[in-house]
Amino acid sequence: MTEFLLILISTVLVNNFVLVQFLGLCPFMGVSNKLETAMGMSLATTFVLTLSSLCSYLVYTYLLAPLEMAFLKTIAFILVIAVVVQFTEMVVRKTSPLLYRVLGIFLPLITTNCAVLGVALLNIKKMNGFMESIVYGFGAAVGFSLALILFSAIRERVAVADVPTPFRGAAIGMVTAGLMSLAFMGFTGLVSF
Amino acid sequence: MSAVIIAILVLLGLAVVFGIVLGFASVRFKVEGNPIVDQIDALLPQTQCGQCGYPGCRPYAEAIAGGDTINKCPPGGQSTIEALADLLDVEAIPLDDEHGEEKPRSIAYIREDECIGCTKCIQACPVDAILGAAKQMHTVIMSECTGCDLCVEPCPVDCIDMIPIETTLSTWKWPTPKPGIELIATDAGRGSAQQGGFA
Repeated sequence: MTEFLLILISTVLVNNFVLVQFLGLCPFMGVSNKLETAMGMSLATTFVLTLSSLCSYLVYTYLLAPLEMAFLKTIAFILVIAVVVQFTEMVVRKTSPLLYRVLGIFLPLITTNCAVLGVALLNIKKMNGFMESIVYGFGAAVGFSLALILFSAIRERVAVADVPTPFRGAAIGMVTAGLMSLAFMGFTGLVSF
Repeated sequence: MSAVIIAILVLLGLAVVFGIVLGFASVRFKVEGNPIVDQIDALLPQTQCGQCGYPGCRPYAEAIAGGDTINKCPPGGQSTIEALADLLDVEAIPLDDEHGEEKPRSIAYIREDECIGCTKCIQACPVDAILGAAKQMHTVIMSECTGCDLCVEPCPVDCIDMIPIETTLSTWKWPTPKPGIELIATDAGRGSAQQGGFA
């Protein structure tokens, strides 16, 4: 149990996928203008990341590894992720039309979120087990959500702040992201996993 | 060589399995939109003018499906009302004067030397067919304009004209047939009431 807790803390804070490993920066910059869409995106990404890390683990362990087809893992995982995203889109569309309208184009864009592929590949590289893979994926998603929601909250404030002209728009966003990343560097050495 | 074939087979197998899963999910999680709303929406002229009192054609289609009257669409005119009556199996009624009168299809034209660049018509346009910026001359994108008249009213200098589209060789179309005539021979008796005899 403590092991899972350590994985969670490690992925959420110490090795945060966005702010420390710099994966998934595209939605991090793209969807963080409004807190509402950021929350929707976080929920969808959490669902997709957890499910895709589970599925890619199963595909690797029971299909690719016995056939010694480990070199196929990248393309197979891309396939898995695309299917999981498509499936999520159908479920979201059915269960919450409002969320579907808010997420709009960003839902299919999760396919190209490199954090999703990164988690699947890192799971294999770290030789995580079944439960560990799921926890790792979930932790990565929680870390992504934390960074995204914090960042969008800051950006909503920055939008009304008196920013010097050359820094307005994307520039101040980048500076903010850099400062957040520096803050998260403070967790380094908390746990080593 | 065999490794390549196995690799292809593995990917093929994965793709087939995922395809089956997605196909099943698309049936299981099918979104049932109201099909009658789509059919009504297809008959409306899509001018998005709001003369019916609803914020666009789609909301009016939903209102009709919910039981509203079908004679509130001036741009569509009598032909739209007849098509709607045919679809919904109700009596065709004349256009409601409250919502405007039927006019020949026209497009807006801005007399550009009189335009003061107030942007009021841009805000009024439901289909974003007017180009321009504050204190700059505005103009209408002809292919986007639906001829809904909504920009005429807000213009403070009255420089917008609604010009009827003239029938030229490139815009001429066959007139739409009157409803009732397309009955096939065996249905001739049914249409006799409208046709006053056999067609």
